[in-house]
Amino acid sequence: MLDPVVLFFVLGVAARLARSDLRLPEALYEALAIYLLLAIGLKGGVELARQPALAVLPHALGAIALGAVIPLLLYPVLRSVGRLSTADSASIAAHYGSVSVVTFAVATSSLVAAGIASEPHMPLLVALMEAPGIVVGIVLARRFAVAGDGARAGVRWGVLAHEVLFGKSVVLLLGGIVIGFVAGPRGITPIEPLFIGLFKGVLALFLLEMGLVAGGRIADLRRAGAFLVAFGIVVPVGLGLLGAVAGHLLGLSLGGTALLATLAASASYIAAPTAMRVAVPEANPALSIGVALGVTFPFNITLGIPLYLQYARWIGN
Amino acid sequence: MDTHPRKLLVIISEAALEKNLVRDARRFGAQGYTITDVRGGGGGGERESSWEADRSVEIKIIAEAAVAELLAQHVLTTYAPHYAITMFTADVGVFRPQKF
Repeated sequence: MLDPVVLFFVLGVAARLARSDLRLPEALYEALAIYLLLAIGLKGGVELARQPALAVLPHALGAIALGAVIPLLLYPVLRSVGRLSTADSASIAAHYGSVSVVTFAVATSSLVAAGIASEPHMPLLVALMEAPGIVVGIVLARRFAVAGDGARAGVRWGVLAHEVLFGKSVVLLLGGIVIGFVAGPRGITPIEPLFIGLFKGVLALFLLEMGLVAGGRIADLRRAGAFLVAFGIVVPVGLGLLGAVAGHLLGLSLGGTALLATLAASASYIAAPTAMRVAVPEANPALSIGVALGVTFPFNITLGIPLYLQYARWIGN
Repeated sequence: MDTHPRKLLVIISEAALEKNLVRDARRFGAQGYTITDVRGGGGGGERESSWEADRSVEIKIIAEAAVAELLAQHVLTTYAPHYAITMFTADVGVFRPQKF
């Protein structure tokens, strides 16, 4: 059963391909993104407050390790099979190491629809998985940069760390978790209609906008070529399995395993593009954003998420 | 009313560079700047400002000719090879020379 929010995404892509003049105001996009990040954080925080959070640490470490390992797996494939430059390979690998919060939101909403519970601290794992992949990607780009490539030896790590760790997604996710945790289930009641009740409707609107954006990246794919299009589909299928195995080994529930698989399979399009643009200027953003947003994101929210839930079921048995 | 000659340097670039450009402008001696969000297109495709990585900014700096030239040279060598950059200057007259 296709989740109706996915149909909003399809509408956005179709409108864009049909060259409709439909365009969401940038301020609305920004507001919806802030809302989604806060709402995901709040919900996780409230749930965390309901129970002792002892199990969190191994899961947190596991998630960070997973985010850091993914670029190391993808980089050699991009270099040798895709024959892409060092900078492009590292940049694309970093996008996949980091995570897409909206893909996570769609996955949680389809779990809720299917009546499957998941660990309350999953939003915390989303926040933790934003940065490691980006850092590893930048290190890869520096480590393998050819002399005279234009790659400057000095990365401004302080500035970059600040940008990633205090970027809006991490601040809002963690901020929401802390507020939800401190306020608890009862304290959150007055704002619950906005942040919990309206969540799915806002997600639908946001996906309409994402459809417009993703539809606009399809032209980039012609430049990216067949390898990257195949990469954008095969890689999430493989990484989803890796995430599901990791989730099982960490002892996550069925829902948690499906969500970790989704996170592993997703590619960042907010934190990673900005960070990589500044840290690795030689990388062509049309390639990384084209494949992350033009191929993997649509694949994940339509076919990927049901597949990752299936992975979690198989591994659970 | 008397005006004093200065250079207006306009840099249109990817929003990702905003912080760097402002820092550089200050470092090279510019006293102020004005930034607006913009949309546009060029040889590298279109930038429609539809989400984070798609944003562009226009930075206006009014400064002494020597400062504007140093900054422009720095932007050309440091950023222009890998980023979408449009840059131009114009002669302008200011009323309060100590500000620029």
